[in-house]
Amino acid sequence: MDMHIIMFMLLGILLSGYGILDGFDLGVGILHLCARSDEERRAFIAAIGPVWDGNEVWLVTFGGALFAAFPSVYAAAFSGFYLPFMMLLCALIFRGVSIEFRSKHKAKQWRSFWDVSFCFSSVLIAFLLGVAVGDTMQGLPVEAHGDFIGTLQDVLQPYPLLVGLLSVAGCAMHGSIYLYLKLSGDLQKRVHNWMWTTFGVFLAFYMLTTVVTLINIPSAVENFKRIPIAWGIVVMNVLAIANIPRAIFLNKPLYAFLSSAATILGLTSLFGVALFPNLLRSTIDPKFSMSIYNSSSSETTLWIIFWIACLGVPFVLSYTGIVYWVFRGKVNQGEASY
Amino acid sequence: MHLDPLILSRAQFALTIMFHYIFPPLTIGIGVLMVAIEGMWLYTNKPIYESMAKFWTNIFAVNFAMGVATGIVMEFEFGTNWARYSKFVGDVFGSALAAEGIFAFFLESGFLSILVFGWGKVSRKVHFFATCMVALGSIFSSIWITVANSWQQTPAGYHIVRTASGFLRAEIVDFWAMVFNPSTVPRLLHVWIGAFVLGAFFAMSVSAFYILKEKHVEFAQKNFKIALVYGALVSLLAGATGHLQACEVAYNQPAKLAAMEAHFETGKGGTGLYAFGIPDPAEHTVKAGLQIPYLLSLLVYFNPDKPVAGLDKFPKSDWPPIVIPFLSFHLMVALGGFFIASTMLALFLWWRGTLFKTKLLLWTFVFSPLAAVAANEVGWVTAEVGRQPWVVYGLLRTADAYSLSVQPSHILWSIIMFSFVYGLLLWVWIYVLHQKIMHGPELAVASDAPEQDSEQQLFKAASERKNPLSNAALKETQGADAYVSDAIAGKAGQGGKDGDVVKDGEVGNDAKDGGVGKDGDVGSESPEEN
Repeated sequence: MDMHIIMFMLLGILLSGYGILDGFDLGVGILHLCARSDEERRAFIAAIGPVWDGNEVWLVTFGGALFAAFPSVYAAAFSGFYLPFMMLLCALIFRGVSIEFRSKHKAKQWRSFWDVSFCFSSVLIAFLLGVAVGDTMQGLPVEAHGDFIGTLQDVLQPYPLLVGLLSVAGCAMHGSIYLYLKLSGDLQKRVHNWMWTTFGVFLAFYMLTTVVTLINIPSAVENFKRIPIAWGIVVMNVLAIANIPRAIFLNKPLYAFLSSAATILGLTSLFGVALFPNLLRSTIDPKFSMSIYNSSSSETTLWIIFWIACLGVPFVLSYTGIVYWVFRGKVNQGEASY
Repeated sequence: MHLDPLILSRAQFALTIMFHYIFPPLTIGIGVLMVAIEGMWLYTNKPIYESMAKFWTNIFAVNFAMGVATGIVMEFEFGTNWARYSKFVGDVFGSALAAEGIFAFFLESGFLSILVFGWGKVSRKVHFFATCMVALGSIFSSIWITVANSWQQTPAGYHIVRTASGFLRAEIVDFWAMVFNPSTVPRLLHVWIGAFVLGAFFAMSVSAFYILKEKHVEFAQKNFKIALVYGALVSLLAGATGHLQACEVAYNQPAKLAAMEAHFETGKGGTGLYAFGIPDPAEHTVKAGLQIPYLLSLLVYFNPDKPVAGLDKFPKSDWPPIVIPFLSFHLMVALGGFFIASTMLALFLWWRGTLFKTKLLLWTFVFSPLAAVAANEVGWVTAEVGRQPWVVYGLLRTADAYSLSVQPSHILWSIIMFSFVYGLLLWVWIYVLHQKIMHGPELAVASDAPEQDSEQQLFKAASERKNPLSNAALKETQGADAYVSDAIAGKAGQGGKDGDVVKDGEVGNDAKDGGVGKDGDVGSESPEEN
């Protein structure tokens, strides 16, 4: 058993889990300012209130697992993206406290401040994580010792910015479908229109990104030539996307939500296939690229992480299941609500 | 202007970790208290425990959110600012962090939502279970990071390897030896006790404030007594675990102990312990100090005549800074003494029956959480500054650990950003806590008579007085205590199924009607704060 590949897949699972779960609550944040009244905004936050924090843990665990399994990549990527990462941290802080503090005081300015902060930080997080994916696809100036030697301009190239926008659009779509599931009444009717709009925007960015990727990043398709079965992911991804409007049209929102989750899973899988076996491609010399083999922790440590994951993941899935089960159904603003 | 990336990264780490570390001990400490209170509710069915549990849950949620928001920074900062360190320790340190995510953070965040939003959605037993899980999760989350820190202080279970890419790093050889390195157990015990001390003093502070302001008095007195017992116990344990940890430092990091005591010359015969003083590293003396002879030797070796190694035993390049560890260590010990003295005095006054009349002591407790936060912070300052100049003791110097690819001006920029953001957060946090504390526990608020429609209320109250239940309520609430008494709510609660407590609204109405007769000065805010 090649532990390096298993670790790569573990990171993929954590990233997909984060994308699917936090994706919808980031999406709710992105759409937050479209809600008109305080009542509506409360309903939005109440829809994600019990689950957003657990969703974010997927990102934290992804960071911890990357540190543990591929410390050199963790070190190079995080120090290389210093300023974008600081902005990401700032956004994560603001987002968490906005959700928590918004309801704690009635004054209009107080609520407006946290509303804006919640929306902007959600947009920024989705965008910056998309940029990070775009940069990883495109490769970065990494030198022989695995140190990033570029500037901020190397990080903020057009292609990563495009992926950033795709990420924002995808989250918005995912979030609007989630809201449609959780809300009721007039607000839900309005959200129905948003699902179409966000889907249209997402589709446009998806096609644009696909074309640009195929033209600009030839290395992305190499693995598809070597491993033909990977085309299955492409097919699945396209089918999942096609199924979203179908399910919306048939008024099966849960089905639409699952399709949009499958879309996110498909996109992260494509990202993984395109990257494999590298984690950080060097644009200076392919020899300097950091792969799952030359940047990993020792075999002993990879096994330790493997056992920690085997022991922990069933628990994690059961807590997640319990929480989503307890808070299933429509948003119902009771006494302990936002 | 020349900016030193080492100094800047250290400053940023100190700022972010010290701000973060206000919150985790608070959640750990209050978590245990919540388990105790909700357990009592389940056991006794008294609604006062329900309102206590709900009150502390609200406070807990605010602190938890702050802890999560500031904690994410810590995890990513190892990579952003300390890339060379991350490459060196990743193999060892990373698995501890990953374990923390999988074992602790998911547990905490999952059950927190049931704890906060699950009232009425799940049964009381399930809710209690969720509370236990959140408390357990917060304790788990302290385990792995403390293991990782302890490994940096006293590395074990590793070997140093040169990787294919050409840099040196530590790799795990024996996982359990790494986890149970020589300082893990004493450190973890002391960290936990420190957190419990903060939780207990925070609870005592809020209760003492209510008692002094004559608000929610029954709630506050009961709460104070629970927290006092808890606080007295953990204050004593803080001394015991602190001693254990100092002994561990004496064996494993003698240079740190020498710095903590500004012990320059080993000399002959027993070593003394400074009660206070200001070390002068240039002159190798301690100014304005009071030294108790033989005490350090006695504490460390149980032998007053055996000298403790001084700084002269170590090459000067390996000396930690002296002033900061000395002052922070002595401040921590002094605060520890204050915790023991204040709780013992309070216990004595409780036994004598004058505890809640001793205003000066109660006011001291109101401000005591500042002391408890300070004690937790300076304890870590002692441990971390005392470890210098090493980031991994004896293996990697801090000067060789920071990120080379980050520009100093960017670090300065991020420090400014963090200062601004954390300043704002601190203000908001205090503001929200203040609101919640002024708002008080939920049931008490129901006794507030809204003045705008007092006429209507009086009518209603007058008619209700014919009702014996409300009459009793009136009598019960006539004291300074605005609380719906156990008896009333208990009686009302008998109608509910499974001995379930009456719904808030019902008790609230009784109390409201009962409370109209008296001055409506208690609680001035709406019962529901949305």
